[in-house]
Formats: sequence, C-alpha cells, structure tokens
Amino acid sequence: MGAAHEGQGYMTKAIRSPGEAQHEYREIRGFASFDDPETLSYVDSDGTPNYELIRQTDEFRVLRRRLTTFIFPMTALFLASYLTFVLLSAYAKDFVSTKVIGVINLGILLGLGQFVTSIIITLGYARYAKRRLDPQRKLLAEKTGVEE
Amino acid sequence: MPTTGNPVLNLSVFAVFVLITLYIVYRVSSRNVTASDYYAAGSSFTGAQNGVALSGDFLSAASFLGISGGIAAHGYDGFLYSVGWVVAWLVGLLLIAEGLRNTGRFTVGDVLAFRMKQRPVRAAAANATLVISFFYMIAQMAGAGGLIALLLNVTSKWGQAVLIALVGMVMVLYVLIGGMKGTTWVQIIKAVLLLLCVTLMSVFLLGKFGFSLSAIMQQATENNQLGEAVLDPGAKYGFSAMSKLDFVSLALSLVLGIASLPHVLMRFYTVPNASEARRSVVWATWTMVIFYLCTLVIGFGAMALVGTDKIAAAPGGENSAAPLLAFEIGGAVLLGVVSAVAFATILAVVAGLTLAASASFAHDVYANVIKRGNAEPRREIRVARLTAVVVGVLSIIGGIAANGQNVAFLVSLALALAASANLSTILYTIFWRRFNTTGTLWSIYGGLGSCLVLIIFSPVMSGARTSIFPDVDFAWFPLGNPGLVSIPFSFLCGFLATIFSKREPEMAAKAAEMEVRAISGIGART
Repeated sequence: MGAAHEGQGYMTKAIRSPGEAQHEYREIRGFASFDDPETLSYVDSDGTPNYELIRQTDEFRVLRRRLTTFIFPMTALFLASYLTFVLLSAYAKDFVSTKVIGVINLGILLGLGQFVTSIIITLGYARYAKRRLDPQRKLLAEKTGVEE
Repeated sequence: MPTTGNPVLNLSVFAVFVLITLYIVYRVSSRNVTASDYYAAGSSFTGAQNGVALSGDFLSAASFLGISGGIAAHGYDGFLYSVGWVVAWLVGLLLIAEGLRNTGRFTVGDVLAFRMKQRPVRAAAANATLVISFFYMIAQMAGAGGLIALLLNVTSKWGQAVLIALVGMVMVLYVLIGGMKGTTWVQIIKAVLLLLCVTLMSVFLLGKFGFSLSAIMQQATENNQLGEAVLDPGAKYGFSAMSKLDFVSLALSLVLGIASLPHVLMRFYTVPNASEARRSVVWATWTMVIFYLCTLVIGFGAMALVGTDKIAAAPGGENSAAPLLAFEIGGAVLLGVVSAVAFATILAVVAGLTLAASASFAHDVYANVIKRGNAEPRREIRVARLTAVVVGVLSIIGGIAANGQNVAFLVSLALALAASANLSTILYTIFWRRFNTTGTLWSIYGGLGSCLVLIIFSPVMSGARTSIFPDVDFAWFPLGNPGLVSIPFSFLCGFLATIFSKREPEMAAKAAEMEVRAISGIGART
C-alpha cells in the first residue's frame, strides 16, 4: 500500500507540482478555460476528447504499463499451470494416478489446485486494480479533464 | 417406471417456475423501449447481479447435466471439463472484460469494428456470432431432449421432438417479452436456485459418506466396470497418441473459448462501467468454483449410488446422472425440483443465446451493414425480435437433430469455434495497434472457417459409431475437437494478414481512441 502511494506521488511530481497545486489547476479550468490552453487541448472544441494527446501523457503511459505488466505475465502463468495439469493428465498417467489421500490421486488434487490458483489470481487482480490501476485512472481523468 | 419419478409432479414444478419467471420478466421489462434497454438492459445491473447472471450463462445444461454426467461416466476425464470451466474465467477477467466494456455498446461487432472498416468487419463478426451461438444452442436443446426423455418417460423420438419445440417456444417468449433485462433476471433466479440445489445435494452426499470425498470415490469405483482405473486419466480418451492430442485440444478450447462466447461477451454491457464488469467476473469466479466443486461430488456420488451402467441405460444416457442421483437420495420430490432447475437452466441459457444472436443480426447486419448506421432504433428492435423468432425455430430443428449427443461435448465444439473466431480478433484489436481491417477479417474467417472445416471432416460428423452420420465416412481429420489447430491458425492468420497488408493511417485517430478508452475507460460512457 505504502509503495503504491509513493509510486503515484512520484509520477505526479514528475509532470507538475504536487497534489494541491493540481487541484487548484482544476478549479481554474472551470471558469477560465480559454486562458488555459494546455488543459483545454485534451478536449476538442466540439467536446470530444483528443485521444491522441491523452495517449501521449505520462499518466496514460504509466497506466498502460501497469496494466500490461500485470495481465500478460499472469495470463502466461495461469495458462502454463493449466496446460501443465492437462499435459500431465494426458502424458504422465502413472504420475498423476499416484494415490495421495485415500483413493484421491495426485491428478484430482492438481485439478483442485487450479481452482485455488484461479481464486488467488482473481482476488489478486481485483486488489491490484483497486490499488494501482483505478487511482491512476483517476489521475488521468483529473489531468485531462475528461471523465469516464 | 420408477426411475422417472412422477411425471405430473415434475411437470407441475417446472410449470410453476415458468409462470413465476414469465411474470417477473413481464414486470421488469415494462419499459423496454430503447435499443439499450433491449440489448443491454440499459446498463443498469450491478457487478454482483451481473456476476451471478454471468455464472448463470455457464451453469447450463451442459455444465449441470453434461459435466456431472461426464464425471459419473468417465471419472477423471469428466473432471477435466470442470477445471477448464473455472480457469477460463481468468481469460475473461484479465484480458477481455474491461476493454470490451469500455469500447463496445451492444455486440462483439461494436468492438471489432471500432477502428476498422465498418461494414465488412461487422458482417464478419455477426457471421461468427450466429455460427457460434447456433452450435451452442443445439447443445442446450439436445440437453433439453435428454432431460424430457428422462422426466416424462417420453422415449419416442417424435414425442421428444414435440417437447423440444415447446421448450424452444417458451425461451423465445422470454426474449421477446423481456429483452436483456428480463433474460438477465431469469438467469439470476435460476443461477441462485441451481447453486442452492447442487450445494445442498453435495453437502448431503458428503454427510452420507462421513465428509470424505475419498469414501464417495471409493464406492464409485465399485459401481464402474473400470474399477479404480476410472479415477485415473484415460477412461474416456484412452491412450492412443491421437486420443491424447484430442484431450489436449479439448482442454485448450475450453480455457480459451468460454470467455469468447458472444452471449457471455454481451453480458459485460449490462453493467454501467469497467470496474463493475471486473466485479462481475470476480463474482462469477466464486460461484463457478463452488459449483464445479459440487459437480465433482455429484458426479462421483451418482457413480457411487446409481452406478455407471444404470446411468448409461437410462433414457437420456449420461446426461441423466444428476436427476437420477436426485431420485436416489430424495425421491420423486427432489427429482422434480432438480429437473425443474435443470429445465430452467436450459431455458435461461438458450434465451441468452437467442438474444445475443438476434442482437448481432439486428445491430451489426441490419443497422450497420444494410442501413449503414442510419437505422431507426424502433425498427432495429423489431428486426431483433423477428430474428429471435427465426433463431428459435432454427435451434428447435437443430436440437431435434442432435438429440441424444452428450451436451458437454457439443458445447466443446461451440467453444472451439468461439476461441478460434473471437479470441484472437478481440485480443489483437485491443492490444495490437498495427492490427487492421484485413487482419481482422482473416482472423475471424480464418479461425471460423478452419474450425468448421475440421469439424465437418472429423470423427464427430462421420466414420465412427458415435458420429452424427455413422453410416458414411468422409472423415480425414483425426481429432474430435479442432481447437488445437484452429485457434493457433486464427492467431497466425490475423498476424500474417496484418503485416502483409497496408497500414490504415486514416484509422489512426480511431486507434488512439480505442487504446485510450480500452485501457483507461475515458470517454467510454457515451
């Protein structure tokens, strides 16, 4: 948790002065947006967001990096673990037929293990999204002035 | 015949369920006016509600009847289905749910055509949706046939055909009256009922065997002609090199196909935003874990208490394991309840499928391909309703033709199609900026086409005793499930077609918009 806050604080600072200043910045925009071309430019004159500009902000890049560095390795991980279970079942019959608890064999336990890893990854992602992705999304929405 | 319980009781429990749900559907959908209401329930469901409904889409006849039956008949090999079904949700959670919610409105076509040339891509997406939904629907209708055969002791093919037609008509009614909102509520009610039902049955079974899964499995081995070998892999798939490959192919289709099914993808539009979409998958994962743990107990319980031979001999075959077990432990009343719940699952799932198929035709083909995006919303919905009727009729015919096949197996074919046509295309379009219209068309049609061709020339269609056409032999593809070949093939098609075709600089702005929206949710609520 601490690390997460530190990370976000750092990213914000790298672009502009700390939190309070940014808040003030936002306040101003509501009244005098014409004096404030930088903020205005994230939204075109007809009210559509300028996605190309938003895409190039550091906030967006950080968000994209955080997302992809979680989901792709995790996908590789659970696919590997699942395929290991499947391949062992198909090609290492004697190994997975080893009895462990009563007549319950290693294969059944490995299968149930997949249930456990699924729960862990699901909860892990929900937690990661809440702590590392959603705050960053908020930061991006604040900077660009475009809400969801 | 004692094993069928009391047909009148079974029918009346079921009739009560249909009447109650029809009333609820009617009540909740009194204001089904806009396209958003009809297709996406006005995006008004919470993550938790949608999560239960999502799992409801999967707690289908195939899962409940097919998988518990698969375990009761084949032990370990049936259990493989359960594992694949649970793990598959991670694909939906990590890769698909949020990006899809952020970039689409009603259909898969919305997402795939977002930054591509609209008409060819939407047509392709609709074709894929219709083919996949049709296969999946046939599986559900075949399950309905088996169940009816068991419950009402209707053994003539004609009698079953009439009953399948009745099921089909009720499900079209749900869709016509209820749209997405009504369908979702039916799905929620049924998912809760089914979960309660399997949980209570499992707890009861475990209690009967001193809370030892091992004791249940021990007794199960005594009622299966394979003996203890049924607990090891290979009871269904055997040990030739080809059957092992088939097993792997099936496993791959399961894990990659589930989150690519059009009616599941469409569910993500019923929630207001991406974080609710994420929450709904978390909910779905929990309910799925509980459910599939229970199918393990119920499957082996059925093997232990009913016996594999008796299940295989019953009308409906493997699919009747769970109802037979219910009769064994709870008599005619429990059989009536379990069967009514199973019927309800079939109705609810088929209604969801019909909705997805009709939405895809009306929104992608009619409104965007034929009317080029200028369709009047009211007319679009009328087209959707008409399509629902047509889809219903087709699925009744298909269900009658496929009556008697193992439904879990039929579903696995639909999953192979979904993974081949949709998964590669969705992933490329969300995460690969260079991906273009040519690549999209190749990956959809390459995956769908290769998968269909391989199914047609596989032992499923011809050449084997269990084939749909057992008397002719035009099979040259050795695997029963084509996923192992067709899924990588569609990824390859999409990749090669993209890098060998021109970039689309005119789409750069749309590509930027899609990337920002998919990842950040900015601008998604429009």
